[in-house]
Amino acid sequence: MQNPAVEYDYTVAKWFSYLAILFGILGMGVGVLIAFQLAFPELNYIFGQYSLFSRLRPIHTNVVAYGFTLSGIWATWYYVGQRVLKVSLKESPFLSGLAKVHFWLYFVTALLAVVSLLFRVTTSKEYAQFEWPLDILVVVIWVMWGISIFGLIGLRREKTLYISMWYYIATFLGVAMLYLFNNMAVPTYLVTGMGDPLHSVSMYAGSNDALVQWWFGHNAVAFVFTVPIIAMIYYFLPKESGQPVYSYKLSLLSFWGLMFVYLWAGGHHLIYSTVPDWMQTMGSIFSVILILPSWGSALNMLLTMKGEWSQLKDSPLIKFMVLASTFYMLSTLEGPIQSIKSVNALAHFTDWIPGHVHDGTLGWVGFMIIAAIMHMAPRFFKREIYSKKLLEAQFWLQTTGIVLYFSSMWIAGITQGMMWRAVDQYGNLAYSFIDTVTVLHPYYTLRAIGGLMYFIGLFMWAYNFYKTMTAARQIEEEPKFASPMAA
Amino acid sequence: MFGWLEKNPFFFAVGVFVVIAFAGLIEIIPDFAQASRPLVGTKPYSVLELAGRQVYIKDSCNACHSQLIRPFKSETDRYGMYSLTGEYAYDRPFLWGSKRTGPDLHRVGNYRTSDWHANHMWDPTSVVPGSIMPAYKHMFTNVTDLETAFAEALTVKKVFNVPYDKDIDGDGKIDVVLGDSPADFEAAKQRALQEALVIAKETKREDLVNMVKEGKIPEIVALIAYLNRLK
Repeated sequence: MQNPAVEYDYTVAKWFSYLAILFGILGMGVGVLIAFQLAFPELNYIFGQYSLFSRLRPIHTNVVAYGFTLSGIWATWYYVGQRVLKVSLKESPFLSGLAKVHFWLYFVTALLAVVSLLFRVTTSKEYAQFEWPLDILVVVIWVMWGISIFGLIGLRREKTLYISMWYYIATFLGVAMLYLFNNMAVPTYLVTGMGDPLHSVSMYAGSNDALVQWWFGHNAVAFVFTVPIIAMIYYFLPKESGQPVYSYKLSLLSFWGLMFVYLWAGGHHLIYSTVPDWMQTMGSIFSVILILPSWGSALNMLLTMKGEWSQLKDSPLIKFMVLASTFYMLSTLEGPIQSIKSVNALAHFTDWIPGHVHDGTLGWVGFMIIAAIMHMAPRFFKREIYSKKLLEAQFWLQTTGIVLYFSSMWIAGITQGMMWRAVDQYGNLAYSFIDTVTVLHPYYTLRAIGGLMYFIGLFMWAYNFYKTMTAARQIEEEPKFASPMAA
Repeated sequence: MFGWLEKNPFFFAVGVFVVIAFAGLIEIIPDFAQASRPLVGTKPYSVLELAGRQVYIKDSCNACHSQLIRPFKSETDRYGMYSLTGEYAYDRPFLWGSKRTGPDLHRVGNYRTSDWHANHMWDPTSVVPGSIMPAYKHMFTNVTDLETAFAEALTVKKVFNVPYDKDIDGDGKIDVVLGDSPADFEAAKQRALQEALVIAKETKREDLVNMVKEGKIPEIVALIAYLNRLK
């Protein structure tokens, strides 16, 4: 290579990493609390009305999706972007300044969002609860990220966009489109000049609103929990393992396939609802087809490790990433199964759905962000990772937590679904609704314990990261591939 | 072609956008006019009901309760007639929910009464032993924001032509009276207070009746007005 080594600027990548850890602990802490509330309802009142389940659940989902995950995505963007484009943020005072404004505006907006949800300011649409002033801030933040992506692309030395870049670009475009359309609302104060200025009313009504919401909701999962996480694994797994990506053609097929197919699948949230039947069936079919591009990416990553499986034994970071990929496969098989109409009739509205969400988010998203940040840490601080043992212990603790979580939720969901439809010998319903709630107590308890184990793992992660930053042995130069770790 | 796109970010981005936007266009556009038509006779929410709906939203009742009865015998036996798209024509936003930690509420007005709701929201286990739902006592002291509910009704009337001040069922009378400007709020408030007083009395709770008589509608009363309307 004729270019001199570029000196990358990790300032904002570091800030977003701190935030990912902070929001991870906050969001999942709330998650553990509400999980215990379902088993032990007295816990609803520990902070008066501010700790009621219904108040906290949206805070949990938003902080984890838009706090933890987005911070993780941006931490890696401000690291990976420079490296795959071979250009440093230092070369552009504008872009590096913008990155800092991006960070601070995001941080302030995230805090405002949590406060607004705590004080009942919500539109009620899942993952789109923010009222219109916050939506406008979100749009500004998003546009800043867009400028960052395309600005850096404009300055690039590496002409060909690496696979991770495809996925970051797709994340930017996909979320922009979905968020704008789903949050279309009319602020009532602007029309009438009275009432609460924060209040707005959706542009769409009833079934239409549901259709737009789940077109958004499902694809918010696509473009926040899937696409950018694939961007990460395509960079960090080959880098950490020192292995080239197994197949370029497979990555092409998976990328364009995912882009085309994913958006159709939103209809599977509306099976047996009042949206037209053809759309429900389309949702089902495309969800099944979605296995192809999803498994394409996952297998491409697993095959990248071909002949190098000993690394799985030696490196906890490889463990995290390989298991992330495996959980991605599990979750993208489970999703299509739940989208088949007869299964959906049983699974919809039950705990099997949160079970599915969590093997994806905890196993795939969480593990990938944890691994990415620990891979970056030695490069940020020019120190080796503080403790390999701790990282190993975290891995096993969290993996056990996830298994407990999803197995208990599968059992709970199927149990409840079966009980809702069970009839006695005369054809009357066999159970009243409350029977189907009390029976879940042991599973709710197990799930909460599984969540707690994952949560404890986050503290191990935070401690390890902090020690890596402050106390680990210093290294001379940036490690090329495998991250150095002290035993 | 793909190799070329990967060197030309602008066209790459355009390509990605077209591919992801495609499904939305096909799925959403054809059905929009159809699905937004109200079922014959469906009336818009009164200001009090709308205020109750806002309380339902504020406390995220939809996090645990659905409002969508699927066309299965096990559901129609439990909850009543399965849901029809035209019933939701005035629902902005929709409140179908995605998880039944508690039962469906789409027709709860058919089988629960005002006093049942009041008891239940004050202490769920008093009427449903074993319930894991928390109590919502703050709704008994918070005063309903009627002004915002009126603003919402006026907004949907103006912007989306929701049929307030119209004869919907053809009996020659206006079905849901609203008004045309913020100046009509006082009259709307008086109507809401009358509606609220009936419900407050049904709950058999002195404190709620007294609050309404003082011109303040507790949130729980508005919420019950909304729940009773769900039929």
